[in-house]
Amino acid sequence: MIDGTGMPETAVVIGGSSDIAAAVLKLLAPRRLRSVVLAGRSLENLVQVGNDLRGVGLQSVHCRHLDVAATASLAPFTAEAVGILGQVDLVLVAAGQLGTSVLEDLGAEDVSSLVATNFAGPAALVTEFAKYMVHQGYGRVVVLSSVAGVRTRKANFVYGSTKAGLDGFATGLSDALAGTGVTVNVVRPGFVSTKMTAGMKPAVFPVDAQAVARAIVRGLETGQQVTWVPPKLRYLFAVLRLLPSPLWRRLGG
Amino acid sequence: MNSGPRRLFAGWGRATWTSAHVAAPANQAELEHLVFEGLEGFGRFVPRGLGRAYGDAAQCAGGLVIDCRGLRSVIDVDHERAEVRASAGISFDELLEFIVPQGYFLPVTPGTRFVTLGGAIASDVHGKNHHVDGSLGAHLKRLCLVTPTGVLECGPQVRREEFEATCGGMGMTGVVVEATLRLLPIESSWVVVDTERASDLDACLSLLSADPAKYRYSVAWVDGLAQGKRLGRSVLTRANHASVAELPERWQRQPISYRAPRVVKVPFSPPFSFLNPATVSAFNEMWFRKAPRKRERRLEQFASFFYPLDGVGNWNLLYGPRGFTQYQFVVPFGAEQALEKVLEKLSTGRVASFLAVLKSFGPAGTGPLSFPTEGWTLALDIPLATPGLPQLLDELDLLVAGAGGRIYFSKDARMRPELVQAMYPRLAEWQAVQGRLDPTGLLVSDLALRLGLTRRESLRHPETSDK
Ligand SMILES: Cc1cc2nc3c(=O)[nH]c(=O)nc-3n(C[C@H](O)[C@H](O)[C@H](O)COP(=O)(O)OP(=O)(O)OC[C@H]3O[C@@H](n4cnc5c(N)ncnc54)[C@H](O)[C@@H]3O)c2cc1C
Ligand SMILES: NC(=O)c1ccc[n+]([C@@H]2O[C@H](COP(=O)([O-])OP(=O)(O)OC[C@H]3O[C@@H](n4cnc5c(N)ncnc54)[C@H](OP(=O)(O)O)[C@@H]3O)[C@@H](O)[C@H]2O)c1
Repeated sequence: MIDGTGMPETAVVIGGSSDIAAAVLKLLAPRRLRSVVLAGRSLENLVQVGNDLRGVGLQSVHCRHLDVAATASLAPFTAEAVGILGQVDLVLVAAGQLGTSVLEDLGAEDVSSLVATNFAGPAALVTEFAKYMVHQGYGRVVVLSSVAGVRTRKANFVYGSTKAGLDGFATGLSDALAGTGVTVNVVRPGFVSTKMTAGMKPAVFPVDAQAVARAIVRGLETGQQVTWVPPKLRYLFAVLRLLPSPLWRRLGG
Repeated sequence: MNSGPRRLFAGWGRATWTSAHVAAPANQAELEHLVFEGLEGFGRFVPRGLGRAYGDAAQCAGGLVIDCRGLRSVIDVDHERAEVRASAGISFDELLEFIVPQGYFLPVTPGTRFVTLGGAIASDVHGKNHHVDGSLGAHLKRLCLVTPTGVLECGPQVRREEFEATCGGMGMTGVVVEATLRLLPIESSWVVVDTERASDLDACLSLLSADPAKYRYSVAWVDGLAQGKRLGRSVLTRANHASVAELPERWQRQPISYRAPRVVKVPFSPPFSFLNPATVSAFNEMWFRKAPRKRERRLEQFASFFYPLDGVGNWNLLYGPRGFTQYQFVVPFGAEQALEKVLEKLSTGRVASFLAVLKSFGPAGTGPLSFPTEGWTLALDIPLATPGLPQLLDELDLLVAGAGGRIYFSKDARMRPELVQAMYPRLAEWQAVQGRLDPTGLLVSDLALRLGLTRRESLRHPETSDK
């Protein structure tokens, strides 16, 4: 069950070896979390995260191979995770890839694979879990979106557009779930220094994975529907969204 | 899977919302039919009264909530024995309207009259008179219980184990459909109240300890935000039922008059909590200064003395969308230091709390899961949006458990399941009886699931990895 302070006992994490996800789990483990299913493509990385989590008190960690872009595997995976945990309190969707947005390097395959990994797959998977949670009578879904999807820019428009898609899907789903006891939190971080952004030049207001994790946990406590990290990005983007395109183009390099 | 309409449920604190199917049997026959033949596909079920438990005790995510308010008749008042037999869905409000004009009061009442008899039994509620009269269970003569394994009658003499497991059993032993309760004969519908200020915790505790039998009703309202030298400053209100002779002459001809007062409503839930450290500490300050240093023998009506909060129907909405919790614990006499420490941590943590309620409990009742045990109990309402609150309460739990105390399930929304065993050492004994009455595990509230009160297969899966 989720307790009155929003803390889950069980969780399924898609992209279980994500730096952000691992930081979230580290905060949840000493609270009420006892069992998790970690999913991703590299079992080795998942097992490593799992070992760290046992060190901070998690009772049981189940690692499962999952390529979120492989649509056919999503329903069976959901059923398996439900079978393992019994009750699914939290689903955290942290799988994602930056890919490339340099036109010369982009092929049709690259674009559709990124759409599948960042948008189509996660959306389909969240649908499966949301349906189960409605049946279960409660549940919390946390989806990692990004400010990159708030207004797409030329430097990462492929990634940004997949996040825009996922963000729209999740906020719409959140409304569709009103009255069911299932709630969705869309998280929009700015630049986060993790393995995804390793070697890149930080954008404005950079944060680390721990800061995002703290914001996510606070979002669980308060029942927030949208979380910006850091919070001031919300106001920055209210303005950036309105910039004339030529100006945005120059800024968005 | 059952696919009827569902409703969202939460407790009085509006903290955890879960959806479930609802059934509202109109009588015992319908209820029996439901429990014995109609549960197919619901998985689990839980009885619900008026939803005054603060946390998740009367809800059942994905299962079936049985609304017991359909069962609400008074069956019989026995004047010879001063007893009432009533259906369990009746509220204390309705019972009072019936029994007070006949010269009786409830032997035990919680701080609100909007609870059902069944809900009060399931929580084994205590009142301001616990130090002399014990909890509700001590005044019950007989119960009728519909369990998944059948209908049974029980009481302190007949099927004692089932009876005791039901008092404080949080609805997990079955649905109470009827109860016989011993009443308190009264001469008037007035209480004589003495009010006194205490400047700090020590003063408060010594006033509460001195001559405990002098007052039947005794409670201290503590300013939860006062710190340092003023920690625990409080106003004690203590009272006894007024005899006819104690009333002014013009009232003596009609010493009993009872009309349930009108209840006003909060029109909507504000988008944030009105109750924050600034507003609450201003209120508490005003309230403390307003209280008389010492005032004796003031006559008060039942409603204002026993149910001061009931004047506003849904005041719980004032805490905003995130809701609130009540932290109530008891520590044994002798553990005053733990009590002081808890108050200190709450006040320095600036956890906005309206008046906290402090009182002393007499000896424990017989229910293995019944909350009241001899000692000091403190209860305070806290908005859940308070940053850092969950960790603070976790710390307090450890203090309480370490001092040999416990948390009240009816108020809880967040305690750590690992502490249940330490706080309720008779848990296994209760589980054995519960397991007999409900061998297939149909009765599981969200509270029971969260705290592992009943069995808990679902989370015991061994680790696996497909590496
Ligand atoms: C303002 C306020 C003041 C309070 N003051 C006190 C106090 O001073 N002392 C005190 O002890 N408590 C106090 N309480 C708590 C309250 O008395 C208990 O939570 C009580 O159980 C609520 O009764 P209910 O009918 O609303 O039950 P619900 O909240 O609907 O249910 C509570 C529990 O009872 C079970 N239950 C309900 N009906 C039945 C039934 N027919 N058969 C079996 N189980 C059933 C439910 O499954 C659940 O576990 C207070 C609560 C409020 C809101
Ligand atoms: N870092 C940032 O600046 C930033 C900013 C805003 C939003 N975000 C979002 O936050 C989330 C977490 O990012 P992060 O920074 O923690 O990055 P990260 O450490 O690189 O984590 C991404 C995770 O996704 C998994 N993954 C990638 N492709 C997958 C697939 N096809 N199927 C299943 N899992 C897959 C990866 O594991 P495997 O490779 O083993 O599968 C990895 O664990 C992502 O959704 C990201 O878009 C990040």
